[in-house]
Amino acid sequence: MSRPSSGRGETRVKRTGCAGGHLPALDDARASSPEARLLSAFRRDAQHASKVYLGGREYYSEDGKTFELPLVGKIKRQLSADPTFCPEYPSPLGLTEFTRRATEVALGENSRAAVESRVLGVQTPSFTAAVRLGAELLRHWTDVSAAWCGPVYLSSPCDDSLAGIFQAAGIRDIRQYYYWDEQQRCICLEKLLEDLERAPERSVVVLSASAHYPTGADLTQNQWAVITQLMTRRRLLPFLLLPAQALCFGDLKRDAWPVQHCASQGMELLCAQSFSHCFGLYGEAVGHLVCVLKQNSLLLSVKSQAVKLVRSLWAQPSAGGAHVVATVLSNPAHLVECQGEVRRIVERCMLIRDILREKLRLLGTPGCWDHLTQQSGLYCCTGLNDQQVEFLSKRRHVYLLPSGCLNVSAINGHNLKYISESIHLALTTSP
Amino acid sequence: MSVFGEVPQAAPVAVFKLSQDFNNDQCPDKVNLGVGAYRTDEGQPWILPVVKKVEKIIVQDEKLNHEYLPILGLPEFRSAASKIALGDDSPAIQENRVGAVQCLGGTGALKMGAEFLRRFYNGNNNTKTPVYVSAPTWENHNAVFANAGFEDVRPYKYWDAEKRGLDLAGFLGDLESCPQHSIFVLHACAHNPTGTDPTQEQWKQIAEVMMCRLKQNIVFLSGFRSGSLEKDAWAVRYFVSMGFEMFCAQSFSKNFGLYNERVGNLTIVARDVDNLKRVLSQMEKIVRTTWSNPPSQGARIVAATLNSPELFAEWKDNVKTMADRVLLMRAQLKAKLQALGTPGTWDHITEQIGMFSFTGLNPKQVEYMVKEKHIYLMASGRINMCGLTSKNINYVAESIHDTVTMVQ
Repeated sequence: MSRPSSGRGETRVKRTGCAGGHLPALDDARASSPEARLLSAFRRDAQHASKVYLGGREYYSEDGKTFELPLVGKIKRQLSADPTFCPEYPSPLGLTEFTRRATEVALGENSRAAVESRVLGVQTPSFTAAVRLGAELLRHWTDVSAAWCGPVYLSSPCDDSLAGIFQAAGIRDIRQYYYWDEQQRCICLEKLLEDLERAPERSVVVLSASAHYPTGADLTQNQWAVITQLMTRRRLLPFLLLPAQALCFGDLKRDAWPVQHCASQGMELLCAQSFSHCFGLYGEAVGHLVCVLKQNSLLLSVKSQAVKLVRSLWAQPSAGGAHVVATVLSNPAHLVECQGEVRRIVERCMLIRDILREKLRLLGTPGCWDHLTQQSGLYCCTGLNDQQVEFLSKRRHVYLLPSGCLNVSAINGHNLKYISESIHLALTTSP
Repeated sequence: MSVFGEVPQAAPVAVFKLSQDFNNDQCPDKVNLGVGAYRTDEGQPWILPVVKKVEKIIVQDEKLNHEYLPILGLPEFRSAASKIALGDDSPAIQENRVGAVQCLGGTGALKMGAEFLRRFYNGNNNTKTPVYVSAPTWENHNAVFANAGFEDVRPYKYWDAEKRGLDLAGFLGDLESCPQHSIFVLHACAHNPTGTDPTQEQWKQIAEVMMCRLKQNIVFLSGFRSGSLEKDAWAVRYFVSMGFEMFCAQSFSKNFGLYNERVGNLTIVARDVDNLKRVLSQMEKIVRTTWSNPPSQGARIVAATLNSPELFAEWKDNVKTMADRVLLMRAQLKAKLQALGTPGTWDHITEQIGMFSFTGLNPKQVEYMVKEKHIYLMASGRINMCGLTSKNINYVAESIHDTVTMVQ
């Protein structure tokens, strides 16, 4: 099934007279994303003391706030006291030590691709920026003679900003492949493979390497093996997403297994990474794009074109967060400490999933809730339908993403009871 | 078979290649007059004392919010940055028709403005709308607008090579004859690369023609602070007072020495509150698909500094330190060239402002400077005054003298 993406259509611009001239009137209703509207509705919901927002993008600790890993705070203070630190324009491709380590963490140490000099790593101002840069590279440089213009396949569902990013880069043909089965509450591999089988050669397929947003449902290693076989046969290019590396298994390298697998199959690939979650560096915007090429003879050209593209997007990435990440990744003791902290985050998320499932069982909430603990990462797809999600926000002031997905870390000791009761009511109260 | 099999090698970015060549040069007397960053008299980058102070405060702050910044950026940064450009008492601000978007440096601000204009300026599709950039201009202006989808990026006359000054007549002529609905990118002050700005009288003439000619009077000012904040922002404020709607792309890289933190701001002056609201909502969408949330570090530093009277005063003092050193180097270079009796006039060196100076050296002379004298400057003849120090200024002056007399 290849439904075209139901992205927001072209905004119609109404001109309202030009005397003296002014910016054209813009259709307001379509301006914000569903997520922005959700947050806006939550903020306006001033009446309810128990209101809960479960659609956030960061990891929230038990007290409901984002926090910085203690190690990160320590390193920031060290770096700020460093007399050798130099406020220069960074290279457009970013800090060398950062890109080296970030690439290593995606592909593994001494990966064949890296040893053969077939890998380009570019620091970007965020995960979104990494996807955007990848999209721009594809748009400008895939199949130069054949003037490639897509299609790009996104999972159904996926992050609602992804389609917009590819379109902003000039790729209009965005399609979806079957991923999450609402009935079975898991990934439907069969339908996924059907969709990919039908994809035209040279299509790009965006796949989540781990901690899928927004469902939390990830492919198993066996499923990856089957998919990569198909993709190699059908000449499809994987664009892998690692927005929350380490938040799935509490292990940077293990979360990146699918990337390493694709590379080991000799595939050409793009991979967008973010270190926001595993370092608590949300504000500092640390993203990275890895590009694995088939031949090392192409590296210099692709690199030079990446520099050119970066120049016209943001010129250079910001240094701050990258220094911190590079410092941690290049120091084994730091790495151990960091992974320890991340593991605690992952364990807490797993615990919350477990407790939520248990609560629903005790309440006698209809349905099977095993999928809650089968998913991983920050997000979980409850399986609630549109009416139930609306019930939750309108009647119980509990805000889930429109897809019925929620950020597990936003659930804590204070609101767990209220949330589980609300979900129970949503499923048992007749509409 | 690679999907990137036919990617051609792109030409290296000129200014980076220059720095690279400089770095590889073994000559002990080498001088780098290329890249646009401030240097002390010891030839070192300079962390502004006020920035160091604020950084320490931030890093010790236990209560700091670690979330993603809002898509449009840190609110206290955006408002402070716009105030700097438009003035505290700006009527436009008081009328609530000024908004801003925090961006990744000046380039990011240009990018956001360009993307918006392509989508909404004159109808939905502005790929054919002409965008005018000065001749010469910062070469990245062309790339940013082209990559945003504008197919028609053209030069307007600006630099008169013979006069070594502004070609006002040519500039006004291009304004008179440009197609309706054209977009003009103006440098508010310290023009890059020439360092030559219109005088206030000349700005008034420029504004007058724009008012009559451009039906949609949106201009795009690319600001950079060099000395007195009020003087530098005069052009921007004048245009606002004349009722223009505009975008103003600001960079805090140079005036805060925050090159690596990418601190920029796109100030939007709209016709009214309602208009502004709608523009910002569309800007959010554009930001969302580019970098989504801007980086916090640099914005926090700038916001803290601009919003504290004490720190603000200290910052202005730091900026004056930088500006004074540049002025000193300008004065000394001109004096030395005149003392050497170097052919040509050198008044433009002290008449131009900001970090850059268009020496007037032609490409052959530039090549001679690089190859024979190991003095690295842009092929356009642009030099960064900050590359000059008390230790190398004699050598540079003598080299220019040699070059101009030996090479035509």
